[in-house]
Amino acid sequence: MDKKTGVYICTGCSLGESLEIESLSKVATKEGKVPVCKTHPFLCGPEGVALIKNDIESEGVNTILIAACSPRVNYDVFEFDSSVIMERVNLREQVIWSQPANDEDTQMMAEDYIRMGLAKVKHIDLPVPYQGVNMVKTLLVVGGGLTGMTAALEAAKAGYKAVLVEKSPVLGGWMNGLFKQAPRKAPFTTPEEVDIAELVNKVEADPDVTVYTGAEILEIAGAPGMFDASISQNGATVKERVGSVVLATGAVPYDPTKLDYLGYGKYENVITSQKMEELASKGKILRPDGKEVQSIAFIQCAGSRDQEHLPYCSATCCVESLKQATYLKEQNPEANVFIFYKDMRASGQYERLYKQVQKDGGIFVRGEINGITEDDEKNLLIEATDMLSGATITTEGVDMVVLANGMVPTTAFGEDIAAKADTEEEDKKDDGPKPEIIRKSNLLNLAYRQGPEMPTLKYGYADSHFICFPYETRRTGIYAAGSVRAPMDELSTVEDATGAALKAIQCMESSAQGMAVHPRVGDMSFPDFAMSRCTQCKRCTVECPFGAINEDDKFNPLPNPTRCRRCGICMGACPERIITFKNYSVPMIGNLIKSIEVPDEDEEKPRILIFACENDAYPALDMAGINRLKYNAWVRVIPLRCLGSLSLVWIADSMSAGIDGIFLLGCKHGDDYQCHFIKGSELAEIRLSKVSETLDRLDLDSDRVRMDQVSITDYDKIPAMLDDFAKRLDELGPNPYKGF
Amino acid sequence: MAHKSILVVGGGVSGLTAAIEASEAGSEVYLVEQKSYLGGRVAQMNQYFPKLCPPNCGLEINFKRIKQNPRIKFFTLAEIEKIDGVEGDYTVTVKSNPRYVNQNCTACGKCTEVCPAERSNEFNYGMDKTQAIYKAHEFAFPMKYVIDGQACLGAECGKCVAACEYGAIELDMSAKSFNLNVGSIVWATGWEPYDAKKVDYYGFGKHQNVITNVMMERLAASNGPTAGKIVRPSDGKEVKTVAFVQCAGSRDENHLPYCSGVCCMASLKQATYVKAMNSDSKVYMFYIDVRAMGKHEDFYTKVQDDITMIKGKVGEISEDPETKDLIVQVENQLTGEIMKETVDMVVLATGMVPATSNVPDAITCDEDGFIVSDPQQLGVYSAGCVKKPLDVSSSVKDSTSAALKAIQSTVRR
Repeated sequence: MDKKTGVYICTGCSLGESLEIESLSKVATKEGKVPVCKTHPFLCGPEGVALIKNDIESEGVNTILIAACSPRVNYDVFEFDSSVIMERVNLREQVIWSQPANDEDTQMMAEDYIRMGLAKVKHIDLPVPYQGVNMVKTLLVVGGGLTGMTAALEAAKAGYKAVLVEKSPVLGGWMNGLFKQAPRKAPFTTPEEVDIAELVNKVEADPDVTVYTGAEILEIAGAPGMFDASISQNGATVKERVGSVVLATGAVPYDPTKLDYLGYGKYENVITSQKMEELASKGKILRPDGKEVQSIAFIQCAGSRDQEHLPYCSATCCVESLKQATYLKEQNPEANVFIFYKDMRASGQYERLYKQVQKDGGIFVRGEINGITEDDEKNLLIEATDMLSGATITTEGVDMVVLANGMVPTTAFGEDIAAKADTEEEDKKDDGPKPEIIRKSNLLNLAYRQGPEMPTLKYGYADSHFICFPYETRRTGIYAAGSVRAPMDELSTVEDATGAALKAIQCMESSAQGMAVHPRVGDMSFPDFAMSRCTQCKRCTVECPFGAINEDDKFNPLPNPTRCRRCGICMGACPERIITFKNYSVPMIGNLIKSIEVPDEDEEKPRILIFACENDAYPALDMAGINRLKYNAWVRVIPLRCLGSLSLVWIADSMSAGIDGIFLLGCKHGDDYQCHFIKGSELAEIRLSKVSETLDRLDLDSDRVRMDQVSITDYDKIPAMLDDFAKRLDELGPNPYKGF
Repeated sequence: MAHKSILVVGGGVSGLTAAIEASEAGSEVYLVEQKSYLGGRVAQMNQYFPKLCPPNCGLEINFKRIKQNPRIKFFTLAEIEKIDGVEGDYTVTVKSNPRYVNQNCTACGKCTEVCPAERSNEFNYGMDKTQAIYKAHEFAFPMKYVIDGQACLGAECGKCVAACEYGAIELDMSAKSFNLNVGSIVWATGWEPYDAKKVDYYGFGKHQNVITNVMMERLAASNGPTAGKIVRPSDGKEVKTVAFVQCAGSRDENHLPYCSGVCCMASLKQATYVKAMNSDSKVYMFYIDVRAMGKHEDFYTKVQDDITMIKGKVGEISEDPETKDLIVQVENQLTGEIMKETVDMVVLATGMVPATSNVPDAITCDEDGFIVSDPQQLGVYSAGCVKKPLDVSSSVKDSTSAALKAIQSTVRR
C-alpha cells in the first residue's frame, strides 16, 4: 500500500507548554517529509479526532502517527478504520511527565520519539489473517469421566460438536466407583447420591457428541482448527478432524503399595479410600473375614504432604474421609470413627460437613502416625503422637483402617522425554531454560517436534502457571481440565471442565478468523519464514514456548500459524533473521534504532536504549510518569512484544549507531516467572550473555548491556535503576564507535 | 439472527473474566461495575499467593483484552435497578451514577491540584485521604478522574471546573437510568470483608494497631497509604513483631459458620511481606488448621520455617494503653499453656462475606448468604466469591465456566 502519513501532535496536557512544538513538527515535515503534520490543543477531544478523521476521508491519509499520551489511554478515542495504520508516540507519560519541562534534553527525547515513530510506521504493513484449510469447530475431549463428559456436553449445549474418547469400555470414570458423593449444595452436611449415570445418559443421547469408549488416541497431528486425531477402537483406526482439545484424563490414586509403613499390603484390613467406596457400595461394611466393621480409623495425608511421597496436598481427601465417616455412622451411629489428621482441610462450606461429623461423634486426632500393628483378631492398633497433647496414644484395636491415599495426575506417568532429549541432543550444552517436563503418558500422542504430551509443571500436573489465567496453556488449543490439571473436588471439576470447554471454543473461533488467542488476543499478524535463507539451526523450533513449529526430516521449520501466539520469540531466536511479522520485524526495530539522533561525543549526551516488555515494563515506565517520577534523560524506550523477541542484531545496530548502553527491562523469570510468554525474558537474558564475548572483542565493555527484571508495580524503582546504569556508562566513557 | 447479549454484573476479577471470556468466544457483553474503575478487590491487593506477583500485571492484560475487543461495553459507577424477563430475553434497568467528570477528562490531574476538599480514601480502607476530585488509583481503568459527590463543595467552589482546560467537569451531572436487553446474566459481585468490629474481643476499631488482612495489603503496596512501608497506625513505627490471627470470624457459629478458604494462604503471604521488609521481624500465626490446598502446600512448607506457627484460637487481644502494643492471649493447643504474646501489630484474618445486598429476586441465596447455583435455573448464573469462598485462580476458573453457561442461554433461544 502507498502510505500517506499524517502526524498529529497534541499540545494539551501541558505538552504545548513543555515542548517546542514547532521543532517537533519540523522533525516530521523536514526530516520525515510527511505530507501532513498538524497540531491540536485537545487532540483527544471531538474536534481533534474529527481533524484526523477528515484527513483520512478527504486527504487520503492512511498512516497516522499520534504524538500525545500513552497508547495505554484514549485507545477508544483514537480508533480509526481498520485499513488505517496507526501508531502512538508517548510524549506525555514517558516524556513531559518524567522529564523537566522546557529542557533541551527533554526536547531531544520528544524529537527522537517522533523519529522513531516515523521509522516504525514505515515498516508496518497491515496484517493479512492466516486462513487454514478445512477448518472445523469440533471439540475433542480425551477422557470420559466427570470432567470430560462435562466439557463435551457443555460445548454441545453451546452449539458445538464434540468427540469424546474414553479408554475404558464405559463412561463415568472415577465417579463410577463411588458409593456417595460429597455434598454439592447447602447445607453441605449430608453426602449425596452419585448421579454420574444421569450424565452418562445425557452424553450418550446427545446427537452432537460422538463417543468412543474402549478407545485410545494414537496420534493428534496438526494445529488448532485443523487437528487430525487418529483414534483406535476395537483394533480399527478412526480419523476425526477437530478444532481444539480438552485433556480430561484425570488422576489415579497414589500407589498404596508405597504405603507399607502404614501397614498396607501387610494387614488385609488396611485399605484405601477407593476400596472403602467399594465396600460401602455393597451394603453393610464388612471386613474380608466377614466381620462387621464397628470401628474404623481414617489416616489422612497417607502419602500426601510428605516429601518422601507426594509433597503436595491432594485437596479432596479430608472431605472424602468425612464423607466416608458418615457411611459407617449411618449404618451404626455407635460405631467408633477416628480421623487422624495434620490439618483438617474442609475448605469453604465443607466446614459444615466437618462440624456434622464432629457432632455425630467422630473422634479427630491431630497427630503423626508412628506405626500400625495388628492383633490376633486382625484388629488394628494405631500408635500416634497426639500433637495436641504431645502424648503417644495407641488406639484400642479398630476393625479397619482407611488410608486417604491422595491422587496423582495421569500426566505424571511414563518416560520423561525431556530428560532423554538432554542426553541425546547437542542442544543440551546450551545454558538454555530448563527443558519442559513431558512424560510419555500415552494420552494425546501429539505429533509435535517438542514431544507427544502436554508439558507439566510441578508434580506432573498439566497446570497453568498463572494465577490470573488458569487456562493458560503451552500447547495452543489444548486445555487441561479437572484433576489432571490440579487436585480438585467434584464441584471444582465441573467448573473447570466448563471453563476449559469455553477456552477450547474460543480457540476454534479465533483460529477460524486467523486471530491469536490469549494473551495477544485478536492479533492478526503471524510470522513469515523466508525459507530460502534458513540454515536449519533449529533455534526457532527449540525456543518457541508453545511448540508451534514442527520440523521436517531435514530440520526445516514447519510453522503452524494457528498454534502461534505471536510473541516473536522465534524472530528473536533466528540468527539468519528470516522470520518477520507484517507489523513487527528485525529491520523495523533496527531502523527505529538508527533513527535515534546520537549526539557527538563532545556534547556529553550519552544515549541509553531501553528494550521494554510491552506488557509490564512499558506500563511501569508509564506509571513512573503518572507519579511524576523524574528519570534519566538519556533514555529512549522501544517496547517489544516480549523481551524474548529481542534479536541480537539490535545490539550491534545500537552499538554501531553510537548508543552508549542498552538496558533490557523484562519480566521476572525462574520458578515463579511472570513472563506472559513463559520463557521470553529468560531467553533474552541467555542471548544477552552470549553477546558479551562479542562486545568485549569489539572493545565494547559487556557492561554496556544490562538486563533487569521489573514488574508492573516496580515503577518506583525505575529512576534509580536507570541512574545506576548511567553511572556505570559514565565510568566506561562514550561508546568508541560514536560518530562512525 | 444475531444472538442476544450477555450482562455481567460486577467488574472485579470474576466479572472481568466472565465478560472477556464470553466476548472472546464471539458474544456481545455488557459489563456493569459499581465503582469508578474495573478490577475490584484484586486491584487493592499487593501480591497474589503463592507467586507473590502483582495483580496489576494480570489486570493490565485483561484491560488490554477489553481495549481491543469491540464486543465489550462497560459501565462504571453503575448498578442494577431492575431485571425483568426470562432466559433469552431480559430487560435490565441500569442506573448510571454521576462521575461528575465526562469523557473529555485527559487525566492530567490539574483539578486535584486546586481541589480544597478532602475525603477518606476507601481504596486504602480509609487509611488516608484524597481530594474530593481524585483518580481512584494510578492503575485505574478507565483512566478518568471522579468526584465524590458527598465531599465535593459544589458549584460555589467550582475551582476544578475553572482549572480544567477540557470542559471535563460537570458538577450538575445526575444519575441516569437506561435499559439493556440481554439473553443471560452473570452475577459476579464478589465479596466484602467480614466486619471485624463484630468480633469485639479482638479489639478492631478500639485498638489502633489491630488491622485486618485487607488493610495489610494496602500497607504493603507501594501505591498504598504508606508507600509500601508496614508501619503501625498508632505511631508510624516500623513493625518488628506481628501476629496473624486466623479465623477472625470464619469457622465460628457466632459469625461465619464456613471457612473463607483463602485466609490461611493470605496470611502466609502477608508474613512474607513483613519478612521481606525486615528479616529480623518476628511473625506469629495463630491458627486452627492451615488450609493450604493442593500445590499451595509448597508455599506453606516454605514460609512456615520463617515464622512461628501456633495452633490455637486467640481468645482475646488487649492493648497496653501506653505503648499501644497488643497482648494476644491464646491457649497453645500443642502445649496447653496459656500464652500471652506482646506484639507491635495484629492482623486479623477476617473472612469473606458474599456481596449480595443488591441481588434481584431471580437469585436465591443459601443459609450462608452465598448464591445458590441451581443447575435447573437457567439464564442467571453466579460466578466467583458471591457463589462460594474462592481464591483468585479459582474465581477466574469459575467465571470462565459461568461465561459458557451464559453463552448457552443466548444460543438456546
